[in-house]
Amino acid sequence: MSVITVPGTGAGGWRCAACDEDMVMKPVELTYLNSQFTVELPVCPQCGYVLIPEHLALGKMYQVEQLLEDK
Amino acid sequence: MEQAELRQWEYKCIQEESPRCTAACPLHVDARECCSLLAARRVDKAWAVLAKTMPLPGVLARICDAPCKAACLRKDKGGSIEMGALERFLADAAQSPKPPRPLPRNGKSVAVIGGTMTGLCAAWEIARKGFAVTVYCTRPDVGVVLPDGVLDGELAVMDRMGVTIERDAALTPELVEAQLEGRDAVFIDSDGVPETMLTFGEPDEITLGTNRLGLFVGRTGETSPVFMAAAGRRAANSILRFSQGVSMVKSRELEGPYETRLYTRLDKVDPVEPVPADGGYDEAGAVREAARCLKCECMECVKGCVYLKHYKQYPKVYIRQVYNNEAIVRGTRQANKLINSCMLCGLCGTVCPEDFAMDDVCLEARRRMIDKGTMPPSAHEFALRDMAFADGVKCALARHAPGATESEYVFFPGCQLTATDPGGAERAYADLRARLGKVGLILRCCGAPARWSGREALFEESLAELKAAWEGLGSPRIIAACPSCIKTLREAMPDAEIVSHWSILNALGLPETALRAGGTLAVNDPCAAREDGALRADVRGLLDALGVSMVEPEYNGELTQCCGYGGLLNEVDPELGQAAARARAEAVAEDYVTYCAMCREMIARTGKRTMHLYDLLYPGDGEPGARPTPGHSERRENRVRLRERLLRELWSEADGVSAEDFEKIRMTCTEAGAAAMEARRILTSDVQKVLLQAERSGRHLVHGETGRFLASFRPAVVTYWVEYESRDDGYLVHNAWCHRMKIKGGQP
Repeated sequence: MSVITVPGTGAGGWRCAACDEDMVMKPVELTYLNSQFTVELPVCPQCGYVLIPEHLALGKMYQVEQLLEDK
Repeated sequence: MEQAELRQWEYKCIQEESPRCTAACPLHVDARECCSLLAARRVDKAWAVLAKTMPLPGVLARICDAPCKAACLRKDKGGSIEMGALERFLADAAQSPKPPRPLPRNGKSVAVIGGTMTGLCAAWEIARKGFAVTVYCTRPDVGVVLPDGVLDGELAVMDRMGVTIERDAALTPELVEAQLEGRDAVFIDSDGVPETMLTFGEPDEITLGTNRLGLFVGRTGETSPVFMAAAGRRAANSILRFSQGVSMVKSRELEGPYETRLYTRLDKVDPVEPVPADGGYDEAGAVREAARCLKCECMECVKGCVYLKHYKQYPKVYIRQVYNNEAIVRGTRQANKLINSCMLCGLCGTVCPEDFAMDDVCLEARRRMIDKGTMPPSAHEFALRDMAFADGVKCALARHAPGATESEYVFFPGCQLTATDPGGAERAYADLRARLGKVGLILRCCGAPARWSGREALFEESLAELKAAWEGLGSPRIIAACPSCIKTLREAMPDAEIVSHWSILNALGLPETALRAGGTLAVNDPCAAREDGALRADVRGLLDALGVSMVEPEYNGELTQCCGYGGLLNEVDPELGQAAARARAEAVAEDYVTYCAMCREMIARTGKRTMHLYDLLYPGDGEPGARPTPGHSERRENRVRLRERLLRELWSEADGVSAEDFEKIRMTCTEAGAAAMEARRILTSDVQKVLLQAERSGRHLVHGETGRFLASFRPAVVTYWVEYESRDDGYLVHNAWCHRMKIKGGQP
């Protein structure tokens, strides 16, 4: 499956506190209502903690959720 | 929805019915559209509307006797539209559109005998249907003198359409016989031939057919030019049917003038006199006259409803969208939001002359969506979580009055009143106990949110618990304060006696606490009181006793509008919900008083001073209209605290509910943080759960510049993110957001 990149999505200055690591962009699998997407997101390289930034959650991600709910 | 049901609903909505002018015109000229274009100075387009429908338009428009005028709704508001004069103006002033293109030739030929308006129009209409037509006449004669070239111009058009005109023909019975022999059909224009030829008896009223196969005859003595043209069209329709061998009579009811069901309200229409048409109109005069046209339509339901207006159409279109939405197997269901946004308030059905109830359509559609599993999961979830909370161990309660072992009555304030004005609910209960004695208390939700969301099974489940609580108190009479509770419980619990708190108070008199401040207030009837005249009267009786002068908004009483909360609109489309509240707020200049907790909240949140009747009957410390509107978390907190307090103070009981771990998390919010939580429907408890998770797992992010933390947690189906800082006295929340999409893997 192709990896989706959402422009403007980055760590925005956040880093993993537990691992003391900078986030790196990596493909992450997201699921909703029987659909699955691979999206490039900021991830802690050590523990794998994924960040969903505010603008993504309320923007593109919200739109896709609504779309899937109407499918 | 079955197709038959769709058709029934579609038939009920009359917005697409013809205006009276079109229905009265035997040719069904769209005078409304013509006037609309002319009023916009689109002269050529306005003429094209006439030319599209009329045969020989250059002639007919100049001699039309405008039967539409007698039917025009403007008649009693200054005078009918001078349609005949407008037609003449357009015939003179407009650029003629291209003549109509007939259908491809069908290889058949028809003779028209007689050349008056009827015969010529018949020839025009028959030629348009693809027949070759020959008109036999002495000469074409439309009975009036027209400006030079007008008739010749239309005859030239007919020539191009395939009509041959045989002038100076010998109009004899032999001609008829010969033509019947050689043609596919013959039409006799009775007023254009010698009487000696009329030997075929009266033609059939509908078909104009005679006892000779293939011979059609116009009725004699018609003097109205437009009815002569209509006779020509009727003959053409019959000849087409005859040549195709289909039914001669089926579905011809709408061929001539007919009654239309279109309803147009006139009470707000100011009378305007017609523009004098002596000597004909110039353009300015014609435009002004056309602008008097009322552009008749119904739209009664749409006018009064923010929701129906928002989707830009009217119920006949919406019902089709609802039907199509259900029929989709794969693809996007475009109408989910339309279905879920109806406030279910019933105003549309009340104002509709045909009782089209959008609420019935939408609620049924929601129920079917639930049954089929196609309801969007997020649509009503927040409200249903709130309902579950109100029915949960922290909020729900059922007790006899303190010290009593039985209940004559039980007070049911409803979950919204206890959420928004717990003090008022408490004082009301004290008053009822003091004056009625054995009054028990039930705190919980009536189940309306489950019902509105289409979840009947959930509603029944909630109702069963409520019934059990009520029966546990000995099935006393229920005193309910909330109009939605009253309506819901009366429908769902027919064996219970449900009395409104307002009628009780009318009987008992005002409570001691009542503020007899007087003044003028606008009364806001909640939509749940639409069909409950007694309830509305009780409220007015109390306001009268309080010395309040009452003002009624335009939409009120039976015709009241929803505040935007009904049907869970505010959950599904908060912007539209707020628009509904604003519409209500802007309807009056005076402060509002209402008797539904949600009406009060929705309208007060727009900034309009609005009080609940409890604010006057059982006031707290502050000014009645200035009581704050609590946010989502505070509303929950209010219910919990009320239950705790009542248990402790009235029944000397502990609440018996041990605090969960997350509730021990101490947190405050910045203003921005609190606003984000409120707008995104994120509760304090959701945030506390995130913070507890971060605290326990040690997993969170830190910001390189601000030093703030960021953590997430997914307690059930929504993932919450919280941006915060850690302080000595707990956490300070700066921001929060959420999403429903799940991160695959181990992130909790």
